Amino acid sequence: MHGRPRNPAKGEDEAAAAARASKLRDLQSRFLHNHHHNIYDEEAMEVSARLLEMNPEYYTVWNYRKMAVERYMDGVGGDCDGVEGVLKRELDVAQAALRVNFKSYGAWHHRKWLLNKRRSSLDKEMELINLLQSKDSRNFHAWNHRRFVAALMNSSEIDELKYTRDVIGQNFSNYSAWHNRSVILSSLFKRKAEGFFPKEKILNAEYQLVQNAIFTEPDDQSGWFYYLWLLDQTIDVEAPSVISSWPAPSSELFITADGSAPGTVISLFRSYQVNTGIFPLVLYFSEPVKGLSPSTVTVKSFFTESVGLTWRPLSNANDYSMAWVAYLDLSKVKSGSSETYPVEVRCHHYQGIASFNGFHCSHDFVSKFTVRIHHLDSSHGKLHEMGAISWKDCNFQKYEGDIEVSIPLPVKWSRMDKDQETVACKDAGAILAYEIALLHELLAVSDKIGKLLLARLSTALDTVVSDDASRSHRMEEILELYGDLMALDTPHLQYYKDQHSITLLNQATSSSGIFSRYCWLYTDVSVPAGERVICVRFNSLSLTQFTSIECLLWVQMLDLSHNELRSINGIEAMQSLACLNLSNNNLCSFTALDPLKRLKSLKVLDISHNEIGSHSIDTTRYLWSSPLSRTVRMDTNCDDALPVDGIITAKHWEGVFIFRNLRLTQLDITGNPVVDEDFVVLLRRLLPKLVWLDGQRLNAI
Amino acid sequence: MGELAAEKHVRYILAVEKKKDSYEAQLMEHLRMNGAYWGLTTLDLLGKLGVVDEAEVVSWIMECQHESGGFGGNVGHDPHILYTLSAVQVLALFDKIYVLDVDKVASYIASLQNEDGSFSGDIWGEVDTRFSYIAICALSLLHQLDRINVEKAVNYIVSCKNMDGGFGCTPGAESHAGQIFCCVAALAITGSLHHVDRDRLGWWLCERQDNKSGGLNGRPEKLPDVCYSWWVLSSLIIIDRVHWIDKNKLIKFILDCQDLEKGGISDRPDDAVDVFHTYFGIAGLSLLEYPGVKPIDPAYALPVDLVDRIFVLRRQPKA
Repeated sequence: MHGRPRNPAKGEDEAAAAARASKLRDLQSRFLHNHHHNIYDEEAMEVSARLLEMNPEYYTVWNYRKMAVERYMDGVGGDCDGVEGVLKRELDVAQAALRVNFKSYGAWHHRKWLLNKRRSSLDKEMELINLLQSKDSRNFHAWNHRRFVAALMNSSEIDELKYTRDVIGQNFSNYSAWHNRSVILSSLFKRKAEGFFPKEKILNAEYQLVQNAIFTEPDDQSGWFYYLWLLDQTIDVEAPSVISSWPAPSSELFITADGSAPGTVISLFRSYQVNTGIFPLVLYFSEPVKGLSPSTVTVKSFFTESVGLTWRPLSNANDYSMAWVAYLDLSKVKSGSSETYPVEVRCHHYQGIASFNGFHCSHDFVSKFTVRIHHLDSSHGKLHEMGAISWKDCNFQKYEGDIEVSIPLPVKWSRMDKDQETVACKDAGAILAYEIALLHELLAVSDKIGKLLLARLSTALDTVVSDDASRSHRMEEILELYGDLMALDTPHLQYYKDQHSITLLNQATSSSGIFSRYCWLYTDVSVPAGERVICVRFNSLSLTQFTSIECLLWVQMLDLSHNELRSINGIEAMQSLACLNLSNNNLCSFTALDPLKRLKSLKVLDISHNEIGSHSIDTTRYLWSSPLSRTVRMDTNCDDALPVDGIITAKHWEGVFIFRNLRLTQLDITGNPVVDEDFVVLLRRLLPKLVWLDGQRLNAI
Repeated sequence: MGELAAEKHVRYILAVEKKKDSYEAQLMEHLRMNGAYWGLTTLDLLGKLGVVDEAEVVSWIMECQHESGGFGGNVGHDPHILYTLSAVQVLALFDKIYVLDVDKVASYIASLQNEDGSFSGDIWGEVDTRFSYIAICALSLLHQLDRINVEKAVNYIVSCKNMDGGFGCTPGAESHAGQIFCCVAALAITGSLHHVDRDRLGWWLCERQDNKSGGLNGRPEKLPDVCYSWWVLSSLIIIDRVHWIDKNKLIKFILDCQDLEKGGISDRPDDAVDVFHTYFGIAGLSLLEYPGVKPIDPAYALPVDLVDRIFVLRRQPKA
C-alpha cells in the first residue's frame, strides 16, 4: 500500500513470510467461526484481540467486540464495576490498534462508540488526544475526535481556540490548526459572542497572525486559504440585493409586434410574436436567491395581472439563481394601436426572497419603465426576405450616440447610493486598504502568494468603495499582477488567465466611457427601420471567462469570437440576445451550450471552429440539465425524448438535448470534429426553422 | 514522456486475483469486494473485461450478501455500505444489476440514513460523508434515489463545507481530497452543484499539484500520491476547473509510478504496487484523455458508455 518500497531488501525469507501468512489466516478463520456461532468466551475474545493487533482494518472484528460489550451490559444490568472494566479493556484494545495504525477508522470509531456508551474519564481521553496530536499534528482523526470529546465535555470554544493558537505558535505550518481556528471563529462570529463582535478587531489580529506565517515561508500553503477566508469575513455582505434588471429603470422600450402568421419572422430584433408574447422581465441579484413569486414581486402593467406571472430561476438549479425571469403576455394589445404602456416592477424586502445563508433583501427594488408597441403585419408590404447576419468588420460602425442615455449600464451595486454605503463597507475598506499597503511594503521578493493576495485584496476593495477615480488605476494594477503570475507560476497559467479575463471584463463595464469602445452599430437590411441595433464586440481579447453579465442584460447582439472561452455560464440571463457569435473559441462539448436553451429570442448562432467532438472527457457533463444530474426527468419513455434514429441519436444524444430546444434561423457549426453528414441530417430535423447553415441557404425539406 | 504498459497491468491484475494466500492478500481479505471493483473496472477501461469469468465473479458477489440486503467485503464478513456500493458497481460493469433483489438492497441502504440526513456505514453508526456519496451513488445506479430524503442528505453534505471551499468527513472536519470527491460527486448526482464554490474549491484543488514531480497530494503540505490523481482530478472535472492544473505533468507522474517490469502502479515512483493504485492511475489517465483508455465518468467512477446506457440510452441499441 502506501509508502512501501518496490523491491525491499531481502530481510525475510520465504519460510518466514509463509509462516506469518499462515498465522494470520488461522486467526481470521478462527475468528469468523466464533463470530458466526456467537462464541464470546475468553479464548474467542483473545483471538479477536490478537487479530486486531495484526490487522486493525479487519472491520468485522470491531463489530464483534461491540456485540460482546452489548451482550455483557444487557446481561449484568447496572453492575458498574464490571462494566467499567469491560469498557476499559475495549479502550485498551483500540489504543493498541492505533499504535499499529494511527489512522485506523475502525479503532477511532470504537473509542467514540465506547464514549457514547459511558462518558467516563473524558479528561484522560483528552490527554490521550493531546499526546497523539503532539506526535502527528495533521492527523484529522485526532482533530475530529478532539472536537467530539470537547463537545461531550462542554469545553468552551475560547479554550479550543487557544489550543489552535498554541499549536500554530509551535509551528505555523499546520493547516489543520488554521482550519480548526476558522471553524471556531466562524461559530463565535455567527452567534456574536462577547469579545467577538464587532469582528473588526479580531480580524485585524488574525491578519497579523497569518501574515507571519505567509511571509516567513511563502511557499507553505498553510496560511493561504485562511487569509482568503479572512478576506471573505472582511467584505461579508449579509443581505442580497437586486443589482441589475431588464428592462432598465426609466427606459422606454420599443417593440415590434409581429402580427403576421405564426412561423414567419419580420425582424430578428426586439420583435415579439403577439400571439406567443415572450417578453421577458429579468431581475439580477448580487448572489443566488430563491423565492421569487407573485407574492414577493409585484408587477403592475396593462398586459397582465401580477398574480398570473411565473418567476423562473435562470440557472440550472431548481431553486437558487442570481438571475430570474418572468414573461409578460402581450396578447391583450390590440392590433393597430401604437400606445405607450407603463410598467412597474417592485421586488419586496419581505421574508420570501432569501440567499443561501438565509438573509433577505434589506430594501425594496423598484423599476418603472414604458413599453411602446409598433405593429407590423402583412398589409405593410411583402414579408421581409432576410439575408444572413454577417459578423464581418465592414458591417459594423462605431457607436457615436449618447452612451449614458441609450446604454443602461447599471452602476455597480456597492456604489449605487453613497447613502447606502454602510458602516460595514467603510470598515472593510479601511482594513483592505491597510492590508494592501502592508503587502506593498513586504513584497520585496516576487512571491507568488504575495502577488496573488494583492490582486485578491484589490479586487475585494473594488467591491466596497465608491471612489471612481482610483478604480481605473486599481484594475490596471490587478491586470498587471495576473500577467506577472502567468509568467511566475506557469503550471497554473490557466487559473491566472481566468482571473485576468474576469478583471478585464470588469474594467470594460466599469464606466460608460470605457464600455463605449466595445459598442458598435450593426448596419444591415435585417434591422427594422427606426431601430438601431447595438452589437457589443468582445472579440479577440484572449478571454477565457465570460462575466460581468449583469451589465449586458439589454444586449441583442454579442460577438465573443476569437477568444479562448470554455464555458458561457451565466449567458442565460441575457434574455434579449438574438444573435451570438462564439466562433473560434475552446468550447469542448455540446453540454457547454446548455445556457443557450433558455434564450428564447436567440435566432442566430455561430459556434464554428470550436473543439466539439475533440474530447473524450466532458468537463460540463454534470453542469447542464440532463438526466445525469436529475434536472431532466427520464421517467417518461426515453424514446420520446430522442427522435427514432437509433444509433445516430444515441451517439449524439447530448447534441439532441441541446438543439431540440433552440429556435434558430441561422447556424454556423463547421470546424468542429463532431459534425459529419449524419449529424447535419439530425440538425435539420431538430431545427425546422433553420434558413442558413454554414453560410448556405437551405432548401425547404 | 513514458508510455502506458497496458498489457503488463492487465496481467498484474489477473495475477493478483489468483494469489490469495500471500500475507498481503490475507491483510486485504476483508476488502476483496473493493478489490474486485478496482481490478475489474481497470480491466474494462483497458478494454479487457472479457478475459474474466463473469459467472464466477457474480456468484461470489452474491455469496457476500447478508440477509439484511447489504454486502460484506468477503464471504462471511459483516455487511457495510462500502462493499454494497462495490457490489452494485461490479454487477453494473457486467450489466447484471437485474440479478439483485433491488428493493432489498435499496432498503438496506435507505435504512442507514440518519435524522440529520447523514449516513452511517453500518448498524454500528460511524458517520462520514463517504457514506453519503456511497448511498447516493448506489441508489442512483439502482434508480432508487427516492428511497431516501435527498434534500436532507444534500443539506448534511453542505454542512460539511469548509472555509477553503472543500469538504470534510463530518461538520467541522478538515478538507481532504477523498472527502471532497465524495461530496462533489454526490452533489453532482443529485443536481446540487450550485452549493459548491467552484472557484474557491477549484483553486484549492489545483494547488494540490506538486510543481516538481507533477503529482497531486490530498491536502496542503502532504506528499503527492497517485490515488489523488483520481480524487482531485475527478472533482476538478465535475466542476469544470481541470484546466487549472498542468495535465501533461500529471500524466508524466502517473506513468513514472508504473512498475514497467512486473506491471501495476504504485502510490509514488519506486514504491510497491497494488491494485488500488493501479486502478486510480488508470482512471486518472482516462480523465486526462490518455489514448487507449476508455473514458470514465467522474461521478460514478464507471465507464461513460455504461453510465450513459443506465441513465439515458436504456432503450437504445448498443452502439
